[in-house]
Amino acid sequence: MNEYKELLFEISRSNRRACSLPQSDVPTVSLKEKFTEKFVREEPANLPEVSEPQLMRHYTALSNKNFGVDNGFYPLGSCTMKYNPKINEDVARYDGFAHIHPLQPTQTLQGSFQLMYELQEDLKVVSGMDEVSLQPAAGAHGEWAGLMIIKAYHETNNELDVRRKILVPDSAHGTNPASAVIAGFDVIEIPSNEDGTVDLEALKEQVGPDTAGLMLTNPNTLGIFEKDILEMAEIVHEVGGLLYYDGANLNAIMGITTPGAMGFDIVHLNLHKSFSTPHGGGGPGSGPIGVKAFLTPYLPVPKIEKSGEEFVLNSDYPLSIGRIKGYFGNFGVNVRAYTYIRTMGGSGLRKVSESAVLHANYLRHRLEPYYDSPYPQICKHEFVLSGNRQKKLGVRTTDIAKRLLDFGYYAPTIYFPLIVEECLMIEPTETESKETLDEFANVMIRIAQEVEQNPEIVTQAPHYTSVKRLDEVTAARKPVVRFE
Amino acid sequence: MINEFRYLPDTEQDQAEMMEALEIHSIDELFKDIPEEIRLKEELVLPDAVSESALTKHLRKLAALNVHSHEVAVFLGAGTYDHYIPSVVDHVISRSEFYTAYTPYQPEASQGELQAIFEFQTMITELTGMEAANSSLYDGFTSLGEAANLAVVTTKRPKVVVSKGVHPQGREVLRSVSKGREFQLEEIPLAVDTTDLSQLESAVDEQTAAVIVQYPNFLGSIEDLQKVKEMAVNQKALFIVMANPLALGVLESPGKFGADIVVGDMQPLGLTMSAGGPHCGYFTVNKKHLRKIPGRIVGQTTDKEGKRGFVMTLQTREQHIRREKATSNMSSNQALNALASAVCMAALGKNGIQEMAQLNVEKADYLANQLRSKGFKIVNQAPFFNEFAVELKHSVKEVSAVLLEKGIIGGYDLEPEYGMKNTMLLCATDQRTKEEMDTLVSVLEEIAYE
Repeated sequence: MNEYKELLFEISRSNRRACSLPQSDVPTVSLKEKFTEKFVREEPANLPEVSEPQLMRHYTALSNKNFGVDNGFYPLGSCTMKYNPKINEDVARYDGFAHIHPLQPTQTLQGSFQLMYELQEDLKVVSGMDEVSLQPAAGAHGEWAGLMIIKAYHETNNELDVRRKILVPDSAHGTNPASAVIAGFDVIEIPSNEDGTVDLEALKEQVGPDTAGLMLTNPNTLGIFEKDILEMAEIVHEVGGLLYYDGANLNAIMGITTPGAMGFDIVHLNLHKSFSTPHGGGGPGSGPIGVKAFLTPYLPVPKIEKSGEEFVLNSDYPLSIGRIKGYFGNFGVNVRAYTYIRTMGGSGLRKVSESAVLHANYLRHRLEPYYDSPYPQICKHEFVLSGNRQKKLGVRTTDIAKRLLDFGYYAPTIYFPLIVEECLMIEPTETESKETLDEFANVMIRIAQEVEQNPEIVTQAPHYTSVKRLDEVTAARKPVVRFE
Repeated sequence: MINEFRYLPDTEQDQAEMMEALEIHSIDELFKDIPEEIRLKEELVLPDAVSESALTKHLRKLAALNVHSHEVAVFLGAGTYDHYIPSVVDHVISRSEFYTAYTPYQPEASQGELQAIFEFQTMITELTGMEAANSSLYDGFTSLGEAANLAVVTTKRPKVVVSKGVHPQGREVLRSVSKGREFQLEEIPLAVDTTDLSQLESAVDEQTAAVIVQYPNFLGSIEDLQKVKEMAVNQKALFIVMANPLALGVLESPGKFGADIVVGDMQPLGLTMSAGGPHCGYFTVNKKHLRKIPGRIVGQTTDKEGKRGFVMTLQTREQHIRREKATSNMSSNQALNALASAVCMAALGKNGIQEMAQLNVEKADYLANQLRSKGFKIVNQAPFFNEFAVELKHSVKEVSAVLLEKGIIGGYDLEPEYGMKNTMLLCATDQRTKEEMDTLVSVLEEIAYE
């Protein structure tokens, strides 16, 4: 059905337009006189020329070739593809939230400041931390900010010259080691043990006076709770290191425990995961960070504070890591997260995590007879399977992922974490119904049977998407990144 | 009772069936691996859950505490602008096939998003005059930080020279970023309203990884990119320009002046101000830097039947593949905002973007002329785009308070950052009418002669 395949530039015709600019009510200006010839654009930017109906149809056609959570089940592990509430979208578009300038006098922004302040308070409660900054725009941005705080802390203590190592488990998100390097640290990888949790003996061997900190996701990317977390915290703290919590997997533990209770010093929270804000096809997200009291002087500035009845901006923190993004972070995303928290309340957030964990365990239970399950203990909000059994029959995990697209599902995260061969990482979230989980399980089982009986149908998948399998190798070898 | 929450489909029956399958008697058993001493004993202390209508009322009240641009005339720019946004923009980004999707890891099911970003990349490279773009970064300032990181890593040189004509918050972000990879940052002051080129020339040396200027600069003035490029080239430093993409509708592109990296924020093209975010950083380069740029890049390819399609490409630069060896730690981008900007750029088209940019030039020109005619001094000596600095008789704070009473949001106070006493950075976009500007001028005149 999706035969439309044109680019905007291909439907463009001279002198069409899809805009209605304000009429000029002031004298015209000769650009060449004003700017001198050198600075006036010689060749116009070749933007497409289309009418408004063409433009709308173009993008509607594109949207029909795109799969979102509203289209169907999106079991992408570690991404928490839960339902994106519609009230959140409405609220973010209110005039008083969407059409405000960040540098307006603060007395004309009190509504947003109040919202941000209250959101900070809410996130403190959920994370068990003492102070929160909403400035980071995303999880990786929060990680970097947190690492810069670790750096500033050690610098203040005159220990930065020796504390140059950040420990990262081998199951960690790729952003963890990347953030550490961009913050100027060396990365030491800690292996996982057979249970899929951090190998405590290996950790003990690696920590020392050169340890700046440890980054950890808990539950980890295998969906397993690091039950030795208190001991790990002690090992790292003992040598003077700090503990960083990657909040990507917070959806498993809201209202049940907190990173603060686990002994973490710094956390980031992905509001676009646990707090329901839409992923937007890759962003915008929001990655607030929280810290324990002794690290509050290092948080990014400005901070939003309450002074009497008024909300104010305060940049008077000489130890701060400074500003890491324009203005106050992704305010529009934060409005949505605030709305979500108000919709759910404390008891609701706990039910979210309970259902998310129940769904993951149930779905794994249904799939375990058909796929290898390398870590059979109870999982939290997500779990991993391995396609090793299928690989022996000539079908790779990527094939299974592509075949799922034919049945109207998005694919799980695949080949991650790296420590699981032919990995399928599945996160069902709490917003899916049991019927959806069962139907998905039935399809996964059917695919496992296809692998045995008719593997070509899987290796040649997808069959029903707008394009067939794409040549990614040529795309990388001979990159074409703009229309010529 | 679980069904009081409309996003949670589980019934008691559903949960009972799932627990039975798992051979457990309570959900609590699924949390027994969490040590008792770190389990919360009480419910999270958060405000109670409220109904949709009560919440709407509460949030409308909060929003009403803010003053928004539909009720006042905004003469404040300074990096975030009140521009015309075609209605079609919000309709496209409200399609949930776009906004509820994730990063397109499965390209066959994400062709819409991928093609839209490919078109975005094409349009922003058209404007900047560069050869390649990524799919977007967090905002203009973080793009600037990434550009500096790229320059430091590529040239293996320890110093970045930045003009004070770059947005103060952009320089603050640069300073924070510089403490990461540990490079030096040297700021070059302005000579009146543009970068002091003699000071710049003496600062750029064989240790310099990059020279950064803003175009138009923070005071609205047009920097001489040609001269800055020469200084960079002489020392083999990279030339980085942070540019307003709308201004590039009429201004010669930085690419034409030989920029190596052009970054900036798409906010002027189709993005609501939203108190400063989410906006959308763009990042464009010449092809020789393509394999070093941060973030996601969409590339064209074919499917196995030869049909054109799009994928995320050059992923071996990225953190999920390369981990600690990645060019950047960035994972998410601002895809939905890039989409909004793409729709806006396409709606404006080749003619519309020139007309809109011209309109901005004319409005600001009119406002400046009116102020001059009333005896106000305009600081800018170089030509300016849609904002300029004006000297007032009183402090900007005092003047802003009076303006606010008259339904006007005044400009940016240049004293704290630039030491320019009683000087306001005023912006007149396409949204400002002659009537609003005349009112502004007469109010400023009244205040001046009080």
